[in-house]
Amino acid sequence: MSKIIASAAIRGAHSIVGKAEAALARAKEAYGAETAVEFPNTAYYLPVIYGLTGEKVERLSDMDRVLAIAQDLLPESPSERLWLPYLGDTLDAGIATLLAEECIEAMRYVTNDPPPVNELWLGAADDVIMRARGVEFVDGTAPGFAAVVGAAPDNATAVRLAREMQEKMLYVFMAGRDGATSFAEQLDAEGVQLGWDSRLVPFDTEVYGHIYSLGFATRAAMAFGGVQPGDFERILRYNKNRIFAFVLAMGEVTDEWYATAAGAISYGFPTIATSDIPQILPTGVCTYEHVVSNISCDELVQKAIEVRGLKIKVTEVPIPVAYGPAFEGERVRKEDTYVEMGGQRSTAFEWLRTVDASEVTDGRIEVVGPDIDDVEAGSVMPIGIVVDVTGRKMQADFEPVLERQIHHFLNYAEGVLHMGQRDLIWLRISSSAKRAGFELAHIGEILHAKILDDFDAIVDKVQITIYTDPAKVDEWREKAEESYAVRDERIAGLTDDTVDVFYSCSLCQSFAPNHLCVVTPERLGLCGAYNWLDAKASNELNPAGPNQPISKGELLDPTLGQWSGVNEFIYAKSNQSVERMSCYSLLTDPMTSCGCFMCIIALLPMCNGVMVVNREFAGMTPSGMKFSTLAGMIGGGVQAPGFMGIGRGYIASRKFLSAEGGLSRVVWMPKQLKEIMASSLAPRLEEMGDPDFLDKVADETIAETEEAVVEYLTTAQHPALTMDPLF
Amino acid sequence: MTDEQRKASEDFTYGCELCTSSDLTVDPAAAEMLTIADELGISTMFSRAAEMKPCPIGAEGACCKLCAMGPCRISGKDKEGKTGVCGATLETIAARNFARMVAAGSSAHSDHGRDVAFTLKAVAEGEIEGMRVTDEVKLAKVARDFGIEIEGKDVSAIAGEVADVALSQFGQQTGELLFARRAPEKRQALWRNLGITPRGIDRDVVELLHRTNAGNDQDYEDILDASMKCALGDGWGGSMIATDLSDILFGTPEPVRSAANLGVLSPDQVNIVIHGHEPLLSSVIVQSTRKPEMIELAKSVGAAGINLVGICCTANENLMRQGVPPAGNMLHQELSIITGAVEAMVVDVQCVFQGLARTAEYFHTKLITTSEKAHIKGDGVVHIQVDEHRPVQAADEIVRRAIENFPNRGDIHIPTETGQLIAGFSHEYIRHMLGGKMRASLRPLNDNVMNGRIRGLAAVVGCNNPRTKQDAGIVHIVRELIANDVLCVVTGCAAIASGKYGLLAPETMEYAGDGLREVLETVGIPPVLHVGSCVDNSRILTVLSEVVEEGGLGEDISDLPAIGICPEWFSEKAIAIATYCVASGAYVIFGGVGSPVAASLELMDYMITGWEERVGGKLAFIQDHEAIVASALDTIDAKRAALKIDAPRERVLFDMEMRRELDV
Repeated sequence: MSKIIASAAIRGAHSIVGKAEAALARAKEAYGAETAVEFPNTAYYLPVIYGLTGEKVERLSDMDRVLAIAQDLLPESPSERLWLPYLGDTLDAGIATLLAEECIEAMRYVTNDPPPVNELWLGAADDVIMRARGVEFVDGTAPGFAAVVGAAPDNATAVRLAREMQEKMLYVFMAGRDGATSFAEQLDAEGVQLGWDSRLVPFDTEVYGHIYSLGFATRAAMAFGGVQPGDFERILRYNKNRIFAFVLAMGEVTDEWYATAAGAISYGFPTIATSDIPQILPTGVCTYEHVVSNISCDELVQKAIEVRGLKIKVTEVPIPVAYGPAFEGERVRKEDTYVEMGGQRSTAFEWLRTVDASEVTDGRIEVVGPDIDDVEAGSVMPIGIVVDVTGRKMQADFEPVLERQIHHFLNYAEGVLHMGQRDLIWLRISSSAKRAGFELAHIGEILHAKILDDFDAIVDKVQITIYTDPAKVDEWREKAEESYAVRDERIAGLTDDTVDVFYSCSLCQSFAPNHLCVVTPERLGLCGAYNWLDAKASNELNPAGPNQPISKGELLDPTLGQWSGVNEFIYAKSNQSVERMSCYSLLTDPMTSCGCFMCIIALLPMCNGVMVVNREFAGMTPSGMKFSTLAGMIGGGVQAPGFMGIGRGYIASRKFLSAEGGLSRVVWMPKQLKEIMASSLAPRLEEMGDPDFLDKVADETIAETEEAVVEYLTTAQHPALTMDPLF
Repeated sequence: MTDEQRKASEDFTYGCELCTSSDLTVDPAAAEMLTIADELGISTMFSRAAEMKPCPIGAEGACCKLCAMGPCRISGKDKEGKTGVCGATLETIAARNFARMVAAGSSAHSDHGRDVAFTLKAVAEGEIEGMRVTDEVKLAKVARDFGIEIEGKDVSAIAGEVADVALSQFGQQTGELLFARRAPEKRQALWRNLGITPRGIDRDVVELLHRTNAGNDQDYEDILDASMKCALGDGWGGSMIATDLSDILFGTPEPVRSAANLGVLSPDQVNIVIHGHEPLLSSVIVQSTRKPEMIELAKSVGAAGINLVGICCTANENLMRQGVPPAGNMLHQELSIITGAVEAMVVDVQCVFQGLARTAEYFHTKLITTSEKAHIKGDGVVHIQVDEHRPVQAADEIVRRAIENFPNRGDIHIPTETGQLIAGFSHEYIRHMLGGKMRASLRPLNDNVMNGRIRGLAAVVGCNNPRTKQDAGIVHIVRELIANDVLCVVTGCAAIASGKYGLLAPETMEYAGDGLREVLETVGIPPVLHVGSCVDNSRILTVLSEVVEEGGLGEDISDLPAIGICPEWFSEKAIAIATYCVASGAYVIFGGVGSPVAASLELMDYMITGWEERVGGKLAFIQDHEAIVASALDTIDAKRAALKIDAPRERVLFDMEMRRELDV
């Protein structure tokens, strides 16, 4: 009987709105009504409030308006008899709850009572995290998130549930206690690594903390979906149809839990409860059921996935440790390491090559040399991983594409750390993985299963040989290096002029319907994840998929990089919203952005140049805007001349802003970005005849304002000052 | 629950039990009053119907009195081959009679709509004291539907333009009615294809009268096409204007609690009954009865206060928006006076019967007519002509007269029966109740029809008729439908009837089938939704169009598992409604007295098979209640099968690719 739920949720909503009003009165009294209030480093103010109402909360006094809206939404509880319809009212109460909860949480950043962030609880996610993680929701590597409230019956169950959700690639957002403990605290007590990297994200001890889960969802709609703040209908519908999240309620469901869950239901996020509460099974607001209860912990995750209508494809990898992208960010610390390879302490490489079908026995995995069992804890071993693939559609160009996946595939295993590529890899296998029975052959199992699964359209058979015998490792490394050299030559010869087709990437159209990336040999996708070869391989894998060949057609303007075929394609595929696109220009018909860009280029008019800021940089830039604010201006598939999102690799391209004069236009970059780019830019700077160019580029340690940049450029004799005026 | 609570809960009933002792009614309150009428020797519609049999030739549509060569009556065993003096066949004669009912019914609804538009115009120009636009959101929406630019204009300006466009719809000579665009695309195309898209509300009525004048259109198929065109101008024209502009003026209904039946009359207060169909004066009377000086005046004459109740659709208009309780449906107009407790009955237009004048003579009740279009000759009938620009003055005078009449009250006899009810389900509110302010939509309705929790939708509408046992058909059919998981909407007298027996109380979900009940529990609604007065059948057209637009249930109204039923019809207006529903694609069943064209089997058959082929809707006359329910369920199931939603659907799980296909 859902009247019980409606009554409880409406009571809960009244209680939470009341608490928010009281807290606001206290905060205004103590700190003053005009005290600034914000979540750290976000352009979306208090995102749920901003998204649903369009209200920008910047000061405590702004919350008056928000709480007035919440009050207005608060309905009466259903009467005992002759009640008025309560579903709509309950959903309104849920929204009122969310508005109040976000005020409550935001006030903690002012009052610090209690502090919103400590060694366990993470509080609000900034825009850097939101964008980085949001991309995973775009491309499907994160199929959804679970908002966990309460605690499992015991710690072991909590760990088991967390592992299950990690293996299903779900993010787990945690807030709210059941009695004295919470799911997050249970995991923490068992030593499970928590944080964004492991996809186990603890927000807060109070259920209010789930406002950060919904804030994440709301920002996704605005950042990637291009939904305007205040367009509540589309924000909520976007979430129903794109963000496949659900609430897991573990423990006694209080009025405040009900109220928060009612808010989640408006987003299309159903609740699956372990306790025996009433159910709401008819569909409509959510895709399927709204509240399903009395589910045992054994079935909980499976049931939740089914209720939300989520299809998750998980490759079964026959290894003794847990496996999934959630483990990619897991660290293996030195003291937990059983054996280590590479990392400049031993020879180590990985090489994927195409061989004739007759030479491959699918599934053959051979370890040549000692295995982990044969060495002492704390040992260092050499390693050579040679992957032989064959397939009728396999091409040499795809070898590096597949080889780069080894990094991800191995990292997905719990207790395995992998870094680098080619002959610069670094592998660690943890003691707990060893205890669980992990052997080197399992590396082969992982690669065999994942390569066949992810690349089944081009690869028919895979065999893996793992060398640990030092002589063999050296012998095979030489062969590998010959192959690396051949590849490098081939890639160097690959330019925009030498190919007939570019590739589109519409992967993000699910989130940003009008945006389309054009991936060329000399300009990779703005997320950095897709270069031309990747896109080509992806097109082979999935001919009807997001990467389509674009015939360049007639060259309309070599300087701007405009082709008739590209323009026609982009007009058709951007829902007729973009007519022309330059591949090489910031100012004339620049490429649009979805929201996933690694870096933003922004015009600095006084400097006659541009700045490039990477999304990891949280500080102020000379444009007067932080990354997060800039990002808000350019996302959502609109052309914004003077502003553009790019993949980092494009900076080192010969075609980088070639219409505006190229790399010499860059006058400011964060120090960190300079450091990351130094080695890949080196040959390009040689070519420009200005090997010390990066020193002439200002960074945040030198200048934070445009005036200061100009000053520095003059001293450093930066070429931009003498270049043609930009406009 | 304590024992006391449990007992209270057991004792509590939401509506009256069915009376089994009377042949005339299943309403115990009505039965009680009929006994008293007999005792007092007062004739009623019930007694007169019993005394005077209907004319058997006219009842079947076989009497042609269009010209002075006749009247011709086509009767007897071999009537199918007979003609009138002019040679008109039975089919032509019956079709013309039917068409003229459509024209008259459409005229009534549409003329009502015209008056509402004039009221809006006067309000926009500030000419009506004490009245302003109540629902600005709806004003903006209707303005957009009319293609009026609203940017930068104030409410009065927009209201003025909306009123002008609405008024233009009546006199428009060519083109298409603007509200017809609310119909599904496919339906609009069908109408155009058949040439039955209404051009102008008045023009298509006049043309139909011309066609049916002696010696004009004598092809019954053609006459019935013209009837559909005329009726569409009612449903998607006059009635829709009446509904939408009334919402703008008086507020779009939202749920209210109230009660229905004669028990809402008060033994110790001044009782005023508002009766008829229009909302303007009555809504002002509502305000007047709430004025402190009026309440004081009532107390000064020994009354405990002022009690305003309604009959018929004036009741529904004010129930939907203000919670004014209905004392009953059409057949209660005389019975309410016979309680002896009514100080004044204030009537406007439609379904207001002359018999009231005679009945009122037996009591102190003042019968007050207010419309220049509806005078009643009779001793003691007071006509207070309402200056439409000064309705407050008229309302105050009426209320004062009622109060002053209180001391003249004699013996009273008020039945105790009332049904508790929730009313106020406008189509806007239906969207709201399914998703709240931020997710308002019909998606949950469509979803649950698709998944079979809701088997189908039924509109149970229309009148009472003293020639059929009062309320018996309405109550039986509604109860059976909800038990079979059919969600019902009701309007007009059928709505009031439903309210009397508790069918509009949410507690009644107990009697709904399991699937329907789950949905009712989720939303918190009764199984039967009161959507308004008889012009508000246009709300049903709007909802059905929106259901189609929401998706998943076909492309046209005729695809929906939905049905219209009028169990106890009497009025020409009901025939007009039936015709526009059929032309909009609905299967409509009329119960009660049978078909007004029963003389012609060919015509009866054409209205079923011919119309279904032509417009996807059909009109059947079925008198047996069980047979009506069976036919309704069969049709619903057949539509479900055609939509391929008759078998349980597999749960679709969405991967990334599939999600990209979903609209955001």
